[in-house]
Amino acid sequence: MEVAAETVHVERATRASRIFAMLAAAALVALISLPWWGDAGDMRLIAEMAYYLALAQLWNLLAGYAGLVSVGQQAFVGLGGYMLFYLTGVWNVNVYLAVLIAGPFAGLVAIPVAFAVFRLRGAYFAIGTWVVSEVFALLASLIGSLGAGSGMSLTVPILLEISHQRDVRNTIIYLMTLAVSLFVTTVVYLLLRSRHGLALTAIRDSESASASLGVNTFGAKFIIYVATATCTGLIGALIFLQKLRISPEAGFSVNDWTVVVIFMVVIGGIGTIEGPFIGMLIFILLRELLADYGTYYLILLGLIAIAIMLKAPWGIWGWVIQRYNLQLFPVGRRLVVAPFEKTAKP
Amino acid sequence: MQWLNILIQGGLLGGFYALFAIGLSMSFGIMRLVNIAHGDFIVLAAYVGMVAIDATGFDPFMSLIVVIPAMFLFGYALQRGLLNFTLSGGLLPPLLVTFGISVIIENGLQQGFGAYDHRLKEGAIETASLHLPGGIDLGVYPLLVFAVAVLAIGSLQVMFYWTRLGRAFRAVSDDADTAELMGIDNRKLFAVALGIAMVFTGIAGVLFGIRTIFDPAAGPIRLILAFEAVIIGGLGSLWGTLLGGVVLGIAQAVGAALNPNWQILAGHLAFLFILILRPSGLFPRTRD
Repeated sequence: MEVAAETVHVERATRASRIFAMLAAAALVALISLPWWGDAGDMRLIAEMAYYLALAQLWNLLAGYAGLVSVGQQAFVGLGGYMLFYLTGVWNVNVYLAVLIAGPFAGLVAIPVAFAVFRLRGAYFAIGTWVVSEVFALLASLIGSLGAGSGMSLTVPILLEISHQRDVRNTIIYLMTLAVSLFVTTVVYLLLRSRHGLALTAIRDSESASASLGVNTFGAKFIIYVATATCTGLIGALIFLQKLRISPEAGFSVNDWTVVVIFMVVIGGIGTIEGPFIGMLIFILLRELLADYGTYYLILLGLIAIAIMLKAPWGIWGWVIQRYNLQLFPVGRRLVVAPFEKTAKP
Repeated sequence: MQWLNILIQGGLLGGFYALFAIGLSMSFGIMRLVNIAHGDFIVLAAYVGMVAIDATGFDPFMSLIVVIPAMFLFGYALQRGLLNFTLSGGLLPPLLVTFGISVIIENGLQQGFGAYDHRLKEGAIETASLHLPGGIDLGVYPLLVFAVAVLAIGSLQVMFYWTRLGRAFRAVSDDADTAELMGIDNRKLFAVALGIAMVFTGIAGVLFGIRTIFDPAAGPIRLILAFEAVIIGGLGSLWGTLLGGVVLGIAQAVGAALNPNWQILAGHLAFLFILILRPSGLFPRTRD
């Protein structure tokens, strides 16, 4: 008795993922139209959610898939932000062009950094990336044309370049942030669906096993590291376009741009594309609910992250997958065998 | 002569970094614990010292009577109740959990004591110095700190190589699973190890609070400096950690001599440079 070939097929999208795609499209339309029905505060909050989501997706790609537990992603946020302020403030470069340059610039810097930190493993890699970021922060605080320790502000003429009306300006920056977040999530999704994604997932599960099966682990990690830095730099430029001021402490803040992002990914579910969404929502929810109580939301976030790491190391989404076998972003491949009775030949 | 002075001052500064790093080096060497909260533990110890001083009127050195047992118990309980559960599954669990502890301590201190600067005052010894021929001034306090670092490492070495407990630590460090098969209770031993590590972290915290102002956010940079000393020296070697601290201190002193703003930067660059040339440090004892 053998099962006919056509009764077995590889399935990617599932019914849940198709329904989710429709809901996500609807939500996206609602978010894009927000400037016409929401106020500036809503836009600021959603934009913040958008860039935190993008940062979380990128850190997840690094640590959850490529096994690169970096504690130094703030280096690229700061580099991107500073590049925007430097190009527009010192060289009078058009602000949109400066945003576009900021990302590739961070990626370019990431190449020599990668050659240095890739010599390190595990904990040494984590601390090494952090020290690299501290070096950039210190350099920024020493360079006079970057405003040294006090940092830089975006001047009014640069803002007028975007638009003379504040509402229009806010809308443009909001839509840019939304677009970048969507772009980053899409890139991560497509990457994970591709052949490289398969290699990365293999590295995630066992680096030595995937290397012995012919995966170029160094190459895969290198590309991921540089691509992540590029996207992180782009996000950094947008973050500080919104904040209008940058300083070495704000630009290269390990807490703001890496630690809370790690918490989000771990709480939501590391190594999944859905996890960062959930983690980001929990972070923002906690912060908004506890806004009147100082920094207690960070203490609570830390406690939740610790509890999740110890009790459910694959996070909230990992628990959902285990329990309901649900996948909203179809990055995996499932082997579906048709039910036996219907296909069995006499 | 000027450069000799820089070397000496940098070396003495290195004693400070080595003292910061002892607790980290121990927990890294024995249980492979990447303790991101280490810098916050140093700051926490300084706050414990401050509270003890306020409550009893002790001077900072005397406050160690309170700080040392408090930190030992804290370390023991933390390892037993929490960190032991992070050690089985790779780098991420200990990293994330200690990041969580770091954020909790930092923000907890900020909520409890405000974001202000504090300092522990020990009096005349802080500024006293010995005048050597050739115009070299040796600060008494940095000398004292260096001596404490050497003494601390020396006593730990005696413990590691001459006592039953030390033998158990070395066995667990070499191969935790086999040590367990030989009848060692790893969980309890790890708790004692973090307790002892915290004793030295407590001493470092109080001595740090006397030397410079501290605030709730002072932890991460101490962590980085301590890590640099440990990694430059090489994993699992306490004398290596001392030397790592000295190398770091000298690099910083040379940087500061060139331009006062370059001190920390020069230390970081020296660290990265050494790490790229010798990824496992100068004197590695244990292989990861």
